[in-house]
Amino acid sequence: MATEQTAPPQTPQETPPGPGGKPDAAVVRDALGVGIAVGLSGFAFGVTSAGSGLGLLQTCALSLLVFTGASQFALVGALAAGGNPFTAAAGAFFLGTRNAFYGLRLSQLLALPKALRPLAAQWVIDETTAVTLAQPTRRAARIGFTVTGATLYVLWNLTTLAGALGARAIGDTDAWGLDAASPAVFLALLAPMLKTTTERVTAALAVVLVLALLPVLPAGVPVLGAALAAPLVLFLKGRGATATAPGTGPDPAGDDITDPGRSGEIGNSPKGQAR
Amino acid sequence: MNVWIAIAATALGCYLVKLLGLLVPAGALDRPLVKRLAALLPVALLAALTAQQTFSTGHQVLLDARAAGLATAAVALLLRAPFLVIVAAAVLVTAGARALGG
Repeated sequence: MATEQTAPPQTPQETPPGPGGKPDAAVVRDALGVGIAVGLSGFAFGVTSAGSGLGLLQTCALSLLVFTGASQFALVGALAAGGNPFTAAAGAFFLGTRNAFYGLRLSQLLALPKALRPLAAQWVIDETTAVTLAQPTRRAARIGFTVTGATLYVLWNLTTLAGALGARAIGDTDAWGLDAASPAVFLALLAPMLKTTTERVTAALAVVLVLALLPVLPAGVPVLGAALAAPLVLFLKGRGATATAPGTGPDPAGDDITDPGRSGEIGNSPKGQAR
Repeated sequence: MNVWIAIAATALGCYLVKLLGLLVPAGALDRPLVKRLAALLPVALLAALTAQQTFSTGHQVLLDARAAGLATAAVALLLRAPFLVIVAAAVLVTAGARALGG
């Protein structure tokens, strides 16, 4: 956030320790830190989901089965707005596609046996990726992934349940300002991604698009329409790049991002990365 | 029922893309354009979702207490506050603004 510039090689990973790697306890400590901080924010999801009219079982099913926060918030938001189930699911799905790219990186780092992969897949999210990528050795990466994943999965689901029950007790969640939790989560996820002009222009364009489309399109569709900002900006940028310097598009955005987003940010704000 | 359909579709879709990343051989999705699009898509979606959930109710675009809450969240972000503090600040200020008649 603080750094302007077009700075792609921003890699404030955790302290790069010596070749021997770092002690297991240190890895576990890092992993627990991220897992606990973000796991607790499941409470906000539980409240939001229940406040959006989803049942207890539905709310808990989302955290158990979907387990990628941004998609969960997006889905309940779209359903609350009256979107049809498939438009709502599409928005949530597109948000979740980044996890495929996390998986690409993780499968190289973790070198999991084939049989374990379907199990590990559920934990492939922002936080586990951030912690895993920050580890110096395969052993540390595996510990980091497992501890972060387990802590986060257990806590996220428990706090979801607590939040949903709490929302019932509270009654009108809007009176408590809890309808602001979800957009605040989105904003907190978005902020560290806005590293270069490309991301900022895309975000601004998406905001304009969604607000323009909201009054005229059925619920859920405006967000999908606004997602077109991404290919649009890439297209315009591609044209600009070929116009100036053919072949050498400097593209500060897509530098070495197999981890789309910002797993490099782990160093300064691990908690900024709820999914 | 509709809600369950949406939950099932989302759960299935999100799980499959997670699995895809682990199963696909390295390099298969390794095209610059694909990577750049994958990095930018969440940016567009998150920005759109933030705007929608802050500035609209149903089909109406409007400014209410949530805008104050989100402005507070933005300040908290600039101050590098922890994640939970950011969300809590947005909630508290929104509730406060609403109580004051927003």
